[in-house]
Amino acid sequence: MNERVAQFRDQTRRFLAGSLSEDEFRHLRLRNGLYIQRHAPMLRVALPYGLLSSTQLRTLGKIARRYDRGYGHFTTRQNIQFNWPKLEEVPDILAMLAEVEMHAIQTSGNCIRNTTSDHLAGITPDELEDPRPWCELIRQWSTFHPEFTYLPRKFKIAVTGAPKDRAASQVHDVGVHIVRGPNGDLGFEILAGGGLGRTPVIGHVVRKFLPREHLLSYLEAILRIYNLEGRRDNLNKARIKILVRALGVEEFTKRVEAEWQRIKDGSLRVDDAEVARMRRFFDPPAYRVLPNTSPDAGKSAAFRAWYRYNTNAHKVPGYRAVYVSLKKPDVAPGDATDSQMELLADLADRYSFGEIRVTHTQNLLLADVEQDRTHELWQILENAGLATPNIGTLTDMICCPGLDFCSLANAGSIDVAKLINERFDDYDYVYDLGELDLKMSGCMNACGHHHVGNIGILGVDKGGEEWYQITIGGAAGSDASLGTVIGPSVAKLEVAETIARLLDVYVEQRHPDERFLDTVRRLGVKPFKERVYAAPIAA
Amino acid sequence: MPRRLLRDRQIVVDAWRYSSEAVDDPLAPLIVTFDQWQTGRDSWLARGSRLGVLLLPADNVEQLAADLRYFSLIAAQFSGPSEGRGYSQGRLLRERWNFKGELRAAGYVRRDQLFFLARCGFNSFELSDADIEDAATAFSTFTAAYQPSNDLGLAVKLARDIPASA
Repeated sequence: MNERVAQFRDQTRRFLAGSLSEDEFRHLRLRNGLYIQRHAPMLRVALPYGLLSSTQLRTLGKIARRYDRGYGHFTTRQNIQFNWPKLEEVPDILAMLAEVEMHAIQTSGNCIRNTTSDHLAGITPDELEDPRPWCELIRQWSTFHPEFTYLPRKFKIAVTGAPKDRAASQVHDVGVHIVRGPNGDLGFEILAGGGLGRTPVIGHVVRKFLPREHLLSYLEAILRIYNLEGRRDNLNKARIKILVRALGVEEFTKRVEAEWQRIKDGSLRVDDAEVARMRRFFDPPAYRVLPNTSPDAGKSAAFRAWYRYNTNAHKVPGYRAVYVSLKKPDVAPGDATDSQMELLADLADRYSFGEIRVTHTQNLLLADVEQDRTHELWQILENAGLATPNIGTLTDMICCPGLDFCSLANAGSIDVAKLINERFDDYDYVYDLGELDLKMSGCMNACGHHHVGNIGILGVDKGGEEWYQITIGGAAGSDASLGTVIGPSVAKLEVAETIARLLDVYVEQRHPDERFLDTVRRLGVKPFKERVYAAPIAA
Repeated sequence: MPRRLLRDRQIVVDAWRYSSEAVDDPLAPLIVTFDQWQTGRDSWLARGSRLGVLLLPADNVEQLAADLRYFSLIAAQFSGPSEGRGYSQGRLLRERWNFKGELRAAGYVRRDQLFFLARCGFNSFELSDADIEDAATAFSTFTAAYQPSNDLGLAVKLARDIPASA
């Protein structure tokens, strides 16, 4: 990694000295996670499968303070972005990251990006197997892959090990699901061609069961077909989903299988020793033997609400996974300040074996907290503004940085999030709505995954003004689906009222215990659409 | 002006000529395009010189597999900084069809690509004069690698055992 820092320091020097052109340097800096954005360069740092040590989080806090404006933005791909670094300081930031074994390699550019996973990996009771050793195997294979560093377009892989998909794997270029095969052995179901952006597609199953020793050779076969046959003439048609659609799933699969047959027993075969080596990186921490308790019994209503929404069952008795909500009403979703990062590093050391995870929904997670210590942890988080009890509810929004930061965006998303938060500030109402996810993107690149939000909001530019197109019925989980546009886009000040009208229809029409998503699926878009557009919205 | 290139990590003057270039010596080693080869193979063979073939990014390298014995050089054309098909073409030529001759990266080739190209089996590189002097250091950009490849263009064997968190 120090070799990579030296390489980029030299590339930056050559660019600043004028011997590398803007375009040439762009291709090189993107491979190091460096974008040039609206205000300043943006540096994206890789957090493999969203896992961080307390030492690493402390360093991120220090970078936020020294080189940025005191905060960082956690992304839907379990990475962190800094929006204000200076170009000439980036090599120094990379050197600081390297000291704690972190980097920005392959967080942008047309290469294989950070492999993402279930943030509850290794601790969730419903999982067949911990997916992280496989993520690590993929991470190693894909890092500086000599053949796949100049792909037609970026390439994203997600791996899950539980039936419930918490990694949006069906909207990735490749989704890898750990499944049980016909003989009871664990292996993988492989999906390809999913994605969001301009052309949202749910991934297609290309192989129902792949024996585990062949994971890397199968991925290599997919990537080789894509590298050779994917379109390079049009940036908007270069993702693998377009190739899969052009060839048809059957023909695409046939070509992948034919290529795989020729390499499957070569040097990429994964033997048991290699799997064991990967697993050792994820050995469980030294859990204490504890009974299961009910830490919320007899406590305040505020704590009970937080416990119910912001903590999750753990497979080890006496433990609980605790979400740290980065969705405070007046803060941009996914943002954490330097001092919050440092506090969380300390809390991780005290309460959760020194480890923090980033969720795909832009929150953080302390994965291994003793149940009986959740109350004291809650008090500290509450004081730090990190205990908004809204995980999985309407106000736990996924949101891109939007027009305020991103040079690609058509419209602001952070201020819209704020308007929605102001409108829906009654927790009893929000809790009554139940499981509901709202996702918002500032442009059709769909960084905020709006296509797969139960309610999706897309920023569009209409004659220089910021307007918003609303979709309903999307889902990112195991039952992934794409949302349907309800009708003409609405102005910024109409967004919150539009959502309120959608929710009114739901509250009136829902069956007992029916989720918003299921009501939409049952009724279709029509009644929702009629209500939204029946009467003009008073601004 | 004779063309200089980096071959086996040495700067050398190129003895090869492309079919699009003026050729004085009828026996000079000649690089023809894949298309020219397919339409006129007998006449190229009748020339009696050493032959090379230039693959464009969209050319199907598999169609060349049966003819490899005729070529002592294969060049892959890189049309710009985002072109990456040549990397797969190179690996397939070396690993699947066992091509032993000179494998050349032509077109848009910069020193920042050399390490990956060498790992895919390329051993010669057409670089601009501005790049060629410094480029030899690019082969030691990294001293270790995670994944198997043929590494035929590198001088040293890469370490394969990198700790997971590195």
